[in-house]
Amino acid sequence: MKETILVALAAIRANALRSVLTTLGIVIGVGAVIAMVALGEGAQRRIQSQIERMGTNVLTVRPGQGFFRGVASGNRRLDEDDAYALRTELGHIYDIAPELESRLQVSYQRWNSSNSVVGTWPSYYDIYNHSMANGRWFDEGELQGRRRVAVLGANVPEDLGTPPGLLVGRTIQIRGIPFEVIGVLEEKGGAAWMQPDDQIFIPLSTAMYRVMGNRDRLRSIYVAAPSPEQLNAAWADIDRVVRRQHRLPPGEEADFSIQNSSDILQTFNESNETFTLLLAGIAGVSLLVGGIGIMNIMLVSVTERTREIGVRKALGATKTDILLQFLVEALVLCVLGGVLGVLAGVGGASLITRFASWDTVIAPQAVVIALIFSAGIGLFFGIWPARRAAILDPIDALRYE
Amino acid sequence: MEPQGVGTGNGKVVIRTQGLQKHYHLGAETVRAVQGVDLEIAAGEFVAIMGPSGSGKSTFMNLVGCLDTPTAGEYWLNGNKVSELSDDDLARVRNRDIGFVFQTFNLLPRATALHNVELPLIYAGTSARERKERATAKLVRVGLGDRMGHKPPELSGGQRQRVAIARALVNDPALLLADEPTGNLDSETSAEIMDIILELNRAGQTIVLVTHESDIARYATRQVHLKDGRVERDFLNEMVGV
Repeated sequence: MKETILVALAAIRANALRSVLTTLGIVIGVGAVIAMVALGEGAQRRIQSQIERMGTNVLTVRPGQGFFRGVASGNRRLDEDDAYALRTELGHIYDIAPELESRLQVSYQRWNSSNSVVGTWPSYYDIYNHSMANGRWFDEGELQGRRRVAVLGANVPEDLGTPPGLLVGRTIQIRGIPFEVIGVLEEKGGAAWMQPDDQIFIPLSTAMYRVMGNRDRLRSIYVAAPSPEQLNAAWADIDRVVRRQHRLPPGEEADFSIQNSSDILQTFNESNETFTLLLAGIAGVSLLVGGIGIMNIMLVSVTERTREIGVRKALGATKTDILLQFLVEALVLCVLGGVLGVLAGVGGASLITRFASWDTVIAPQAVVIALIFSAGIGLFFGIWPARRAAILDPIDALRYE
Repeated sequence: MEPQGVGTGNGKVVIRTQGLQKHYHLGAETVRAVQGVDLEIAAGEFVAIMGPSGSGKSTFMNLVGCLDTPTAGEYWLNGNKVSELSDDDLARVRNRDIGFVFQTFNLLPRATALHNVELPLIYAGTSARERKERATAKLVRVGLGDRMGHKPPELSGGQRQRVAIARALVNDPALLLADEPTGNLDSETSAEIMDIILELNRAGQTIVLVTHESDIARYATRQVHLKDGRVERDFLNEMVGV
């Protein structure tokens, strides 16, 4: 076997340029597969860390479009009473916070910015594990008093051209209404569906009665269970309370939805997976083309070396000896291409991370699979040329010019 | 018909053919290249097979060299019946019992002289150390001890043929089969090569030499002339060694 590999390496070295060009197909194919999978894996990891950051134990209740005999009825909504009902019944187990959100004009001195303004309850702070960089969060008294106080996300001071420390205690305008800045949040990092760093938080009552006006339509109500294991129980509890609030008879389709963060992410993940699969598929096609290139060059090699095959056979090489010789040559070419391809893929992935700042993760199993796959391509596309060599008639082969 | 035995050897039979025939098809035509050859060659003989082109000489040589199987008849090589073996078994017989010397040398151009000579031993499964030892010994024997690391393109025609002879001998075969070994050489180099072959025979090597040159055939101890696929004449050379 060692001899066979040495012979294969010698043959590859003898046609170095041709071997390199042939292998290029495999190199590019494997490299593309590795880079694409790394990209998909990176996106996956990022989303996973987003779930963890945004809380794995939070359920989101959203108003759903209600349908009555096929006609959308507009009066199905989530309001503050629903949130109070939930708090009355379940507040001893879960943290509950309704949310009203709107994108509004915010100004401070000569600075203007358009930000997402969130009206909510003080409990919101705990549900999302926020912490303060400066100042403090608003309290229950400020909620009851409909006070004009605002807490800024970590990026907002920059939008307003002022360091966070200097903003606390100052007055900013939200939709032209003066608000006192009482705190600035620690940077949180974003997720695909929410960017707390860019948001401004004010008491829900203030938002409803002083700023936004659409007083009884909540965007959502967040319910945080003490642990992810209690999510199912929480789901049932919420469903029961909100159904009663909406006077839905049992069996009637709900006019609201309860999602957990992983449900929301499911959608992102699915489209991400489809995308990765598509990219890897395209890369796989180039791997196939590379394999055909290998087969082509092996056929040329067999024809060129017909006389050598004749000599080897005359000297006692069996069919198996010749078959192995050419198969190992194809295999060595492909595995060599695979190894170079892995290097190219890892390099490509780190370039993507560096210049496009997309997360990439090189999964070791992707590397192993790519190598095994390229060896498989060597076997699959090498077997036919090798067989042609093996069944050559020694007399004809010796006579071949 | 009894196989003819005009042997000059020591009595042990290396080649015995009985009614050996080879037909093949060229389009609709059947070519009867060998039509019943009975021949016996004893160990230690040096036989020249002669004949004009079309005499079936090449086909006969392929049969004797186990590169081809006969259409009919039987062939014993070194005591084994080889006329009905499979391709792979024939490959093993060639590896073990036959050493080939070709007109065009047929060396691997990219391999060193040493590696070329080792080649039959690789297929015999000999260990690397023993291969090197034996190949070196044979190269020294043909006078190329100082050219072992050279590749064929760096060697003269005569030197290449000597590498080929060393390769043919490396498995200590029962039969050395030389097909026009001097066909590509000038007369001086031809004489050198024939002297080596003659010397091998004197050391006891059984040799079958296929040639169409009567000068070369005269080195042999016995001549077998083929015509139309049959043995036309079979006689001992009167003068051995020119």
